[in-house]
Amino acid sequence: MQAKKRYLILFSAGACLILLFCFGGIQVPLSRRGPTRRDDRSLTGYRSGAQWRRFPGVVQPFSPWDQEESDGYNGHISPRQKRDAITGVYSGKRCRMESCFDFSLCERNGFKVYVYPQQKGEKMSESYQNILSSIEGSRFYTSDPGQACLFVLSLDTLDRDQLSPQYVHNLKAKIQSLPLWNGGKNHIIFNLYSGTWPDYTEDLGFDIGFAMLAKASISTENFRPNFDVSIPLFSKDHPRTGGERGYLKHNSIPPFRKYMLVFKGKRYLTGIGSDTRNALYHVHNSEDVVLLTTCKHGKDWQKHKDARCDKDNAEYDKYDYREMLYNSTFCLVPRGRRLGSFRFLEALQAACVPVMLSNGWELPFSEIINWNTAAVIGDERLLLQIPSTVRSIHQDKILSLRQQTQFLWEAYFNSVERIVLTTLEIIQDRVLQHPSRSSLMWNSLPGGLFTLPQYSTYLGDFPFYYAKLGIKPYSKFTAIIHVVTPLVSQSQPIIKLLVAVAKSQYCAQVIQILWNCDKPLPAKHRWPATSVPVIVIEGESKVMSSRFLPYDTIPTDAVLSLDEDTVLSTTEVDFAFTVWQSFPDRIVGYPARSHFWDSNKERWGYTSKWTNDYSMVLTGAAIYHRYYHYLYTTYLPTSLKTMVDQISNCEDILMNFLVSSVTKLPPIKVTQKKQYKETMMGQTSRASRWADPDHFAQRQTCMNKFASWFGSMPLVHSQMRLDPVLFKDQVSILRKKYRDIERL
Amino acid sequence: MCASGKYSSRGPALIPRMKTRHRIYYITLFSVVLLGLIATGMFQFWPHSIESTADWTLDKRSVHDAPLVRLPVSSPIPERGDLSCRMHTCFDVYRCGYNPKNRIKVYIYPLQRFVDEVGVPISSTGLSREYNDLLSAISDSDFYTDDVTRACLFVPSIDVLNQNSLRIRETAQALAMLPRWDKGMNHLLFNMLPGGPPDYNTALDVPRDRALLAGGGFSTWTYRQGYDVSIPVYSPLSADVELPERQPGPRRYFILSSQTAIHREYRAELERLKEENGEALLLLDKCSNLSQGAASARKRCYKGQVYDYPQILQESSFCVVLRGARLGQAALSDVLQAGCVPVILADSYILPFSEVLDWKRASVVIPEEKLSEMYTILKSIPHRQVEEMQRQARWFWEAYFSSMKAIGLTTLQIINDRIYPYASRTYEQWNNPPVVKWSSVNSPLFLPLIPPRAPGFTAVVLTYDRIESLFRVITEISKVPSLAKLLVVWNNQNKSPPEGEKKFKCPECTAIDGLSLDQTHMVERSECINKFASVFGTMPLKVVEHRADPVLYKDDFPEKLKSFPNIGSL
Repeated sequence: MQAKKRYLILFSAGACLILLFCFGGIQVPLSRRGPTRRDDRSLTGYRSGAQWRRFPGVVQPFSPWDQEESDGYNGHISPRQKRDAITGVYSGKRCRMESCFDFSLCERNGFKVYVYPQQKGEKMSESYQNILSSIEGSRFYTSDPGQACLFVLSLDTLDRDQLSPQYVHNLKAKIQSLPLWNGGKNHIIFNLYSGTWPDYTEDLGFDIGFAMLAKASISTENFRPNFDVSIPLFSKDHPRTGGERGYLKHNSIPPFRKYMLVFKGKRYLTGIGSDTRNALYHVHNSEDVVLLTTCKHGKDWQKHKDARCDKDNAEYDKYDYREMLYNSTFCLVPRGRRLGSFRFLEALQAACVPVMLSNGWELPFSEIINWNTAAVIGDERLLLQIPSTVRSIHQDKILSLRQQTQFLWEAYFNSVERIVLTTLEIIQDRVLQHPSRSSLMWNSLPGGLFTLPQYSTYLGDFPFYYAKLGIKPYSKFTAIIHVVTPLVSQSQPIIKLLVAVAKSQYCAQVIQILWNCDKPLPAKHRWPATSVPVIVIEGESKVMSSRFLPYDTIPTDAVLSLDEDTVLSTTEVDFAFTVWQSFPDRIVGYPARSHFWDSNKERWGYTSKWTNDYSMVLTGAAIYHRYYHYLYTTYLPTSLKTMVDQISNCEDILMNFLVSSVTKLPPIKVTQKKQYKETMMGQTSRASRWADPDHFAQRQTCMNKFASWFGSMPLVHSQMRLDPVLFKDQVSILRKKYRDIERL
Repeated sequence: MCASGKYSSRGPALIPRMKTRHRIYYITLFSVVLLGLIATGMFQFWPHSIESTADWTLDKRSVHDAPLVRLPVSSPIPERGDLSCRMHTCFDVYRCGYNPKNRIKVYIYPLQRFVDEVGVPISSTGLSREYNDLLSAISDSDFYTDDVTRACLFVPSIDVLNQNSLRIRETAQALAMLPRWDKGMNHLLFNMLPGGPPDYNTALDVPRDRALLAGGGFSTWTYRQGYDVSIPVYSPLSADVELPERQPGPRRYFILSSQTAIHREYRAELERLKEENGEALLLLDKCSNLSQGAASARKRCYKGQVYDYPQILQESSFCVVLRGARLGQAALSDVLQAGCVPVILADSYILPFSEVLDWKRASVVIPEEKLSEMYTILKSIPHRQVEEMQRQARWFWEAYFSSMKAIGLTTLQIINDRIYPYASRTYEQWNNPPVVKWSSVNSPLFLPLIPPRAPGFTAVVLTYDRIESLFRVITEISKVPSLAKLLVVWNNQNKSPPEGEKKFKCPECTAIDGLSLDQTHMVERSECINKFASVFGTMPLKVVEHRADPVLYKDDFPEKLKSFPNIGSL
């Protein structure tokens, strides 16, 4: 018994001991977690087993509808007052469109830009002159400040480096004396350089007030989002208009070039921006990563020179910058004294994918361009990782980055005009807010300058995004017949044409007849009966350009444009339309023409001869997307349209210029058909414009006028013609779907 | 201590009940075994009592078990957030390092209960269900690490989702007390309801040094672009209510306003719109006869008629999301869930995840001042676009709004994309709903290039054993001026390819290709097509009726002037 009792006591004592240890053990860490001893806790306590796990049950939900908010809110000051108060509070560095821009100026006349008249004796750099003339040549320009939404100074603000010869003195006083300045409200100030040695601040040296900045090398800290615009640094040789094409002529697969990563530039031994360039030699391997610096710049470089300078300088002279640029997959773009550098645009044009090493640089047009698709954004702090980073990028991605550099270069950067227009379009999108471009419109072909949101904000309404959205264009077309002669007999070609087109299975409800004839409209019964409705529109001013007006009565994506004397069968119409469905962004049609460079006369020539290639398909018998009507009417300058209207000629050439400059592709000629005009000359009294000997000469002149406005020749030659699959093949005609085409 | 006392006093209490030796013996043995078991069990669980790795069902942990931390009054307070912070100035990128997966590592602090010196907690609610969900989702994701030394981003377990429930100063002190706080460097805070009456700041008022803020309701003045992340205000209805996806298309109402906390000036404006446009507009408010609470959140009224919320949202094409005292509204989430296109009227509001999401394709943003023009603006939007927006809205909700998990992981992915920009998700990946991803075509060669003739082309000839036929092909193709290289793929394991220089001359040229006439061959190829189509899940091939010919093909034109005279002559 005693033994048992002893056992019992022993056991319970043991059990108690264990328990004591257990419970006591919890208290030990608790006491250790006192606030006074947090230092040693950071070293231990958290490491082991600190895994986060969900807490089951009993946790209170948070409520997004807090009653006090809604109750207190109505007692609040009126939202209108609150909006007005913003203007006073958020100015200067905190300016936003809401607080520093007067939207009411843009309501009446839309987005119009006024440029101050240039004052005599005021010196102006070539670059700034180019900026101003680009604005004056754009569709936004107004010469009436009363209509303006945005104001641009005629005082050169591009170079605000006090040590620069281009520096304009007394800018502050000059600006303050401008009667329309209004504290800088609705003004935009262009600037490429600010600050000077040694600190290169971003201050312009005068009070910009409420004005927006379109500035190069702007830092994220000074950049006011959705108010300022970051523009690229461009040289004084940057062309005003036109601009060079990108360097990429074909896609090479695999996409690797001779060098992986290159850089050639100055090394700043001391001061701002010197760190990164001074460290580049660590990464240089003189094989596929070639990063070269020179100390030889400035007057007294010898004074600061360090131990590496001589070696670096010698290596630097061994390589040619252009050769490296064009033969490298990636190009390093490190910051200089300022954040941006010319190298950025050079690399972009050369299809050398820029590797950015410029911490805090708000990249050009960052508001709209997704730079991750065209550049590698590096971090100066991680310079040593750059080689392994670029090597880790997959071939497919390199291919896509490279192509995107070319798209962006040509869409937004290759001329001063593009840079300026992009800036203005960005601001327009902010001002109008509702009809504005989506990111897809800015970042994919053909780019934001050719995609006008005022036409539609729906991507599927444009000819460019069908594949991206996985949809197809509407499978009907609207025919527009352009008529200039009165209807006198039922044997006129237009009657035949009307019947043939109406029979097409793809013809929509509407055929429009654009009556550009001086004679009154014929009676309704004079038109042949058709299964589809016919709408006759009387041209208001009876000018050529009216055939390309964006009529509301066009319900389809496709437009079949016809001259009154065109001869076309139903089969031909059907076939052309099925081809167009595969190429909805191009002009698809019958009459093909070509351009050539006449080296004797040093000008562009136009030919209608049968040649092995073509670059235009005339709109006398062609199908194209309805959007091009809108683009023709709104995008092209009045000067060109007026010219076309005055001579009643060349509208078809102009349309080809426009479409090719958008697509960078040639039009498409479908199947064999040379004879598309009724040869009735001399038989009727009408004066066909094609019979006029001046007609052809005018077309030569047009070509050159158009080319000069576009800044380059946008037309592209093609050697391809699309025929029906069994066209002229040695098989029974009964097996051919478009057999009528061969019979003609 | 007290526990052990209790047990030892129990021991003697049992003794008087003992009647026999055996009984004593068994009871003792039983209790010892039981005690031993309990002890072992506790011993096993104890070291992980907060972060148990044991079986879920046995876990009886509760928030109240979290260790208590007392904050001394003098405890340091972080500085207010620095508005100039950017990733390159306030974020320590070295912690993230270079890793082949290009994925940041995220650490979550263990839960603690912070109280001030007198024992009052810093938050009236403590850990909310939503924040619990969020942290759990992170801990289950690939981002998570439990190794604090390897972490790139730190997420405190201090819940600051709703500023109203917080004591600002003490919360800030608690943050500063986190062991790796280091001026908030690389710390991420989640907040959905910032500010408080009467001014309702648009960012969390808790001083937080350099910490990143994932905030709901940022304005352009508080949002540090490229540093903070704008997140949605989570709607608890997302979890409670199931709204089946509806096909995009026209709906019963054109515009619906269903928010309850609308400023009376705006409500007056909406009523004016309703007068002008009648039935097209449905203007709902809270039901006056219902008591406050969760039930009232699910009902809306118009002139005594009661509507179910959020179901009614599915009956409208456009749904108004007006700012309240705060810019961010949970209603946005409900509206998206219903596949209704949000019409957002909240000046200066930074839309959720605007860094990656293209809101122009899913919403209409109208300045507050233009509320009166809303109807006209919306009417101008093409029908097909409205349908696309409806689809897009629903997709945004599903992918980025539907749960705290979606919100949390999207936030981390955005930060991840900034740190590894060269491996970031693309615009298409973020914005295209799955239905578009499958049907769209994105050519890898998207630049419209007309390649120059200069580099020529490479011919690849696949062969088996018909040498003569091969030679014929080679002879013909080698005549082409732009041929740069000719590659023959020898596809026969039994025979080695013919050796030495061969003169490529067509021998007899009589062996007519009998293969493609073979019936079984055709059948096999048809089977292939069916098999491939089933693997692709769709038939990717497209039929066209055209073929490319040279411009002057078969034209009545001198052959010698044609670029490609011989085409079609064979």
